[in-house]
Amino acid sequence: MIEPTTDKMLWMYEQMLIIREFEETMVNIYLEGKLPPEIQEGLAFDIGSGPVPGEMHLAAGQEPVAVGTCAHLKKDDTITGTHRPHHFAIAKGVSINALAAEIFGKVTGLGRGKGGHMHLFDVENKFGCSGIIGAGMPQACGAALAAKKKGKDWVTVTFFGEGAANQGSFHESLNLAALWNLPVIFICEDNSYAISVTKDESTAIANNADRAAGYGMPGVSVDNNDALEVFSVVGEAVSRARAGEGPSLIECKTDRYLGHFQGDAEAYRPEGEVEKLRENDPIDLLRDHLVASDAMSDDNEKEIKDRASATVKAAYEFARASDYPDTSEVAQHVFV
Amino acid sequence: MGNENNRELTMAAAISEGMAQEMERDENVFVMGEDVAKYGGIFGATGGLLDRFGADRVMDTPISETAFIGAATGAAAEGMRPVVELMFVDFFGVCMDQIYNHMAKNIYMSGGNVKLPVVLTTAIGGGYNDAAQHSQCLYGLFAHVPGLKIVVPSNAYDAKGMMIEAIRDDNPVMYFFHKGIMGLLWMAYFTGSTTHVPEEPYTVPFGKAKVVREGNDITLVTLSQMVHKSMQAAETLESDGISVEVIDLRTLVPLDKDTILNSVAKTNRLCVADEDYLSFGLSGEIVAIVAENLDSIDLTCPVKRLAVKDMPIPYSPPLENAAIPQSSDIENTIRGMMA
Repeated sequence: MIEPTTDKMLWMYEQMLIIREFEETMVNIYLEGKLPPEIQEGLAFDIGSGPVPGEMHLAAGQEPVAVGTCAHLKKDDTITGTHRPHHFAIAKGVSINALAAEIFGKVTGLGRGKGGHMHLFDVENKFGCSGIIGAGMPQACGAALAAKKKGKDWVTVTFFGEGAANQGSFHESLNLAALWNLPVIFICEDNSYAISVTKDESTAIANNADRAAGYGMPGVSVDNNDALEVFSVVGEAVSRARAGEGPSLIECKTDRYLGHFQGDAEAYRPEGEVEKLRENDPIDLLRDHLVASDAMSDDNEKEIKDRASATVKAAYEFARASDYPDTSEVAQHVFV
Repeated sequence: MGNENNRELTMAAAISEGMAQEMERDENVFVMGEDVAKYGGIFGATGGLLDRFGADRVMDTPISETAFIGAATGAAAEGMRPVVELMFVDFFGVCMDQIYNHMAKNIYMSGGNVKLPVVLTTAIGGGYNDAAQHSQCLYGLFAHVPGLKIVVPSNAYDAKGMMIEAIRDDNPVMYFFHKGIMGLLWMAYFTGSTTHVPEEPYTVPFGKAKVVREGNDITLVTLSQMVHKSMQAAETLESDGISVEVIDLRTLVPLDKDTILNSVAKTNRLCVADEDYLSFGLSGEIVAIVAENLDSIDLTCPVKRLAVKDMPIPYSPPLENAAIPQSSDIENTIRGMMA
C-alpha cells in the first residue's frame, strides 16, 4: 500500500471539495433560464436555453478517481478524459476559471467558447477530453508514444467509463500499448451505468480489470471508491510506467450521484439508491481519516472548506462576467 | 535516373523521398501504418524508409486503425509530426471517428490552442478490378468535413513537394495517392505521372491549382489520375480543332477558386472530370462555385459532370470501365458541348 503524505492527503481533500462544490453548484446554474416553460408551451425543460446550454454531465461522487490519480501526476504528464470531464480537469490543475468560462461559452474559456463542457483542451497542463465514448484511449497511446520517442519519463493517463470498455478502441488500444510497451495507464471509472444500461446488462465479465490479462498487462480493481485506495493502486502503475515497464489497466468502482446528464429523469434507478450511496461518501471517508490521524484540525478543515468554496465561487463569477466571443471568431481556428 | 537535371521518379518514389528528407531534417517526423516498414507500403509510398531510419521511426502497426490513427493525433498533440498510412481509403469505416471527430475538430474546439501536425496518407482509385471495397476515391467526403486539408497529387513532382509541405503544416493533412499513377511494377499506370523530381527538398504550396494545358474553348477541371485521362482527351480533341484548358486542382482544401473562375470566364464552358461519386460531391461543388459567379461569367452551354454515377465500383472489367469515366467519355462529352 502506497501511503500519501499528509500534504498530499490534504490536497486530495481540498480538490474533492472543490470538485463537489463545482458540480453541485452547476446543478442549479444549469437550470437557470430553462424553467418554467415560457419558451414553448407544453415544454418541461429547454436544453438549449440559459447561461449554460447543451448537455451537462456531472461527476459528483466520482472524485476519488480523479484526485487519487492526479496526486501522482506532474504538469508534463498527459490526461485524456471523457464526456464527464470536470473532476479530471480540476485535479490535473486546469484553470478552474477558464474551465467555468468554457462551460458558459465565453471567450475567456479554454477553447474560446468553441468546445463546451465535453471538449476541454489545455495544452499547458496537457489535458484533453472527448464527447465520444472510448475515443481518448488511442490518443493516449499516441501521447505515450511521443513521450517514449522524446526520451521523457512522462506518463499518460486515459480515463473512460465501464461502458467504453466494450468499444473496439479499448481493445485496440490495450493491445497497442502492451505491444509497444507504452507508458500509459488505462483507468476505467466504473459507475455501474452506461446512461441507463447497467454493467450487468452490457458486460460479459464482472471486472474489466480481468481483461488486462488478455493483453499481457497488470489489471487491478479498486472496489470501494476510496481516494486512498485509488492513490495506492495508481501510484504503483505510474511508477511502472515511468520506469519504462509499460501500461496498466485499473478499474475503479465509483458512484454517479446525479443523472447521466442534467434533466435525466433516472427512471432506471432503483428508488433510494443514490441516498444509500451518499451514506458512504468518499469525501467524508477521507475527512474522517484525516481527523482520526490528526492530520487535520477543526481550524484546518474550516480553512480548507472556505478556500474551496471561494475558489468555486470566483470561477463562476469569472465565467458570468466574461464576454461571449465575437461572432467574427466563428470561422477562426478551423486551422492554425 | 540520369543526371540531376533530368532525373525522373515514380510518384511512389517521390513520396517516400519527400518523407525521407523531412525525417532527416526533423527528428520529430516518424512514419507508421500497416506494412509501411518491411514491405515499404503496399503501394510503395514508404519504400526504403525502414533501412534508412530504423524500426523506431518507421513502424509497422497491428491492424487497428482506430488505435494507430488515434495515436497519430495524440502524438501530434505532443509535438511529434507523424505520417500515418490508412492502407486503402475504403478502410476509413473502421476508424472514421478518430479522423473526423478528433483529428479534424480538436484544433477548432481548443480555440486554436492545439496544433495537430499529422499527415494521413491513403491510397485511392480503381481501374484494376479490385471492386467496391478497395477502389473508391472519397476525397470529397473528407473535404466535406471541416478541419482537414485535402491533398490529391497527380504526378511525382507535385507529390514530393506536397508531401514536404504536408509534413511541415501544423494542421492535419490527408494525402490521397491514386494507385494507378504510383508507377508500381505490378499495376499498369499513366506514365505521365512519372516526372522530373529535383533531388533537393522543395515545397508545392496548397491552394494553387495548376493549368496543365492551356486552351480557349472549354475548361476541364480535374485531379489525380483523371488529369492523365483528361490530357489524353484534350490531345485528341486538339487535332479536331477543340482547344481544352485542363486544370489540375492539386488540393481540395484549400481550393483554388480563382484559377477555376478565371478559366471559365475565358472559355465560357465548364466540364468536370472526377473519379469520386457524382452526387453531393466534388463535381457538384465546382459547378456550384461557378454558378455563384454567373454575374461575371457567361456560359455558352450547360455544364457537364463526369464522375462515378452513384453505384458502388463493380468488379467485372467492362462494368468497371463503364462506371469510372474514361478518356473516351471525356472526349465524347466535350464534343457534345461544342456541337
